[in-house]
Amino acid sequence: MSGQSFPETGQRPGGRHLGELRKGQRARVTGVDETAVVTSLPEGELERRMIEMGLVEGSHVEVLHEAFPGRDPIAIRVNEHTLALRRAEARAVLVAPAA
Amino acid sequence: MSVMTSAAVPPRIALVGNPNCGKTALFNALTGSRQKVANYPGVTVERKIGHFVSPLGRRVQVIDLPGTYSLRARSPDEEVTRDVVLGRFAHEESPDLLVCVADATNLRLNLRLVVELKRLGLPIILALNMMDAAEKRGCRIDAAALSAALGVPVVPTVAIRRGGVQPLLDQIDGAVALAAAADAAESPAPCCSPCGSPNGWSEPSSRELRAYHQEVEGLLARCVTDAGLPPVATRRVDAVLLHPVFGLAFLFLVLFLMFQAVFAWAEAPMNLIDGAVSGLKDWVAATLPDGALRSLLTDGIIAGVGSVVIFLPQILVLFFFILVLEATGYLARAAFLLDRLMGGVGLHGRAFIPLLSSFACAVPGVMAARTIENRADRLATIMIAPLMTCSARLPVYTLLIAAFVPDRPVLGGLVGLPGLVMFALYAAGILSALAVAFVLKGTVFKGAREPLLMELPAYRLPNPRDIALGLFERARIFLARAGTTIFALMIVMWFLASVPGAPEGASEPAIQYSIAGMIGHALEPLLAPIGFTWQIAVALVPGIAAREVAVGVLGTIYALSDSGDALQSSLAGALAASWGLPTALSLLAWYVFAPQCIATLTVVKRETNGWFWPAVMFAYMIALAYGASFVTYRVASALL
Repeated sequence: MSGQSFPETGQRPGGRHLGELRKGQRARVTGVDETAVVTSLPEGELERRMIEMGLVEGSHVEVLHEAFPGRDPIAIRVNEHTLALRRAEARAVLVAPAA
Repeated sequence: MSVMTSAAVPPRIALVGNPNCGKTALFNALTGSRQKVANYPGVTVERKIGHFVSPLGRRVQVIDLPGTYSLRARSPDEEVTRDVVLGRFAHEESPDLLVCVADATNLRLNLRLVVELKRLGLPIILALNMMDAAEKRGCRIDAAALSAALGVPVVPTVAIRRGGVQPLLDQIDGAVALAAAADAAESPAPCCSPCGSPNGWSEPSSRELRAYHQEVEGLLARCVTDAGLPPVATRRVDAVLLHPVFGLAFLFLVLFLMFQAVFAWAEAPMNLIDGAVSGLKDWVAATLPDGALRSLLTDGIIAGVGSVVIFLPQILVLFFFILVLEATGYLARAAFLLDRLMGGVGLHGRAFIPLLSSFACAVPGVMAARTIENRADRLATIMIAPLMTCSARLPVYTLLIAAFVPDRPVLGGLVGLPGLVMFALYAAGILSALAVAFVLKGTVFKGAREPLLMELPAYRLPNPRDIALGLFERARIFLARAGTTIFALMIVMWFLASVPGAPEGASEPAIQYSIAGMIGHALEPLLAPIGFTWQIAVALVPGIAAREVAVGVLGTIYALSDSGDALQSSLAGALAASWGLPTALSLLAWYVFAPQCIATLTVVKRETNGWFWPAVMFAYMIALAYGASFVTYRVASALL
């Protein structure tokens, strides 16, 4: 099923995540994998929250704004809505550059 | 038959939807002022209920549930939404009808919740709210096709326009009748277990959540013929307001204007209230014969409740700003801008709003902390909220500054010394709050911060009706508290300060012979090391009820008969003559920290469901107050 989380988890060589995108960059979400993120949440919770907020395979994202200091958190456009999140947690969202 | 049932128990409908979908505007449009706010049993989330009469003459009860993105609740607010929808509250079945409110300009995210709710099997109507804004953007939604694909009625609404909810009203009538008929057919026997309630609900897995998304994509492909333009205006405004430099500068400008307004706009109404209270006092004093009853009424109840009610204008101005900023969508931006800065001491960006409210009064501040999902983050925010300089400290600060700080220009005439001292007192509160937060997050509330995952809604013009209803609600809650809890406390405090009465031929003010006086005298040796006189010790006892009461008590002790501003100025003279500067500075330091507000402690007890956290708060604040006063007094005595 389309719902199966990606078996090839972890930082795939050459794979990018949302946390490293800079302002103005666009991408397509290819997977959600929270294993690389340190969080206070129970296992699987961050992934589910990301999906609920629209960060799911196939979504189009674009980094719109970066806060101060440290360009963190970031505001991203997810399809039609705008979402604020920290770069640390954005690592859980795997992306491929938009075609 | 269905008419019979509906006459006995009005059908209940619940409004469910994402935050920022215009749900509350729709609730206000449906019910007007026929609404009330209460608390859910056991939790402190506000429960907004209203009613309206449908076009067919049916009385319908409406519940406005806290906004959520999913039934998997993350905060106390969202838990209420889940529990009401699932019928988990005792004595409260699932609603007869769910009205899912979806922002038509942001259908993908909003439909996700609708798809999840549909699984429950409850009757649903989907209200496509803000249709006007969607159409303006060139978005074309085929409501009929969406209705067919979802299997639920779909009605477009514009909550902020007159008549914009008429299609929804018509649809509710039909749906309620249908639900009642189905109920009657399904369960001829009187049913005690919730009929047709979604008992089998369990948290969806990430696989199911992905499936919901697939379903939404399918719906969108079939029913949205033109997605329209993205909100360009919001993006352009955000380019400035979320700018690392201009954005922060604008935020501080907004905060500055807000504080300015809290003091400037509120001044005239506060003087009016002050005048009315002393007028009432004089009238009662002139009407009743001298005695305990007159004293209880004038010195206890009228003066006591009046000293709290006088803050109503400031609280309303503050809430006016908060409501407007929230309605425009700016508050979420403020949390975004400050997340990293607040993160330096381990706080969540969302802690900004509660802390800001606490400058007016810690009570609404502590209550506003509910929007923080994580318990540790929420508790840390609650614990430091009373360190923000609330408006009740102002009378004390004003009095002591007038008495002891000479009005001379400093920094080349740019500011006066009194203003600088006032600023220093505010800064001391903020800095100590940050320090306490840092310590708390490093010890008791250790662990990674709650993730930030926050929607930044498109900017909108606030609707005056929604702001007015919100303010009205705040005023009512505040006055109800002043009329109950604070009223009762004032009677207790009056009792402590007047019983037993002064003996025959007493030369000292009566309070010195009372229980409060005895407590004050007993405390004196304890407070002597920080430079407090017995008069201060006596004033601190009734001052526990509310900080500003101490000013009135000092007036009583120094046997002054003035009230209001006259009391302030003549008392300032009396204090300047009888206290040393170190004592005054020590008392100022005390007031930065001291937890002298029963209202705050009781609201913390309510919000944390127990006496443990209020006790911790009281202990740590008293310790800080004593320490700060001790250091201030010793250093000042040595230097001056």
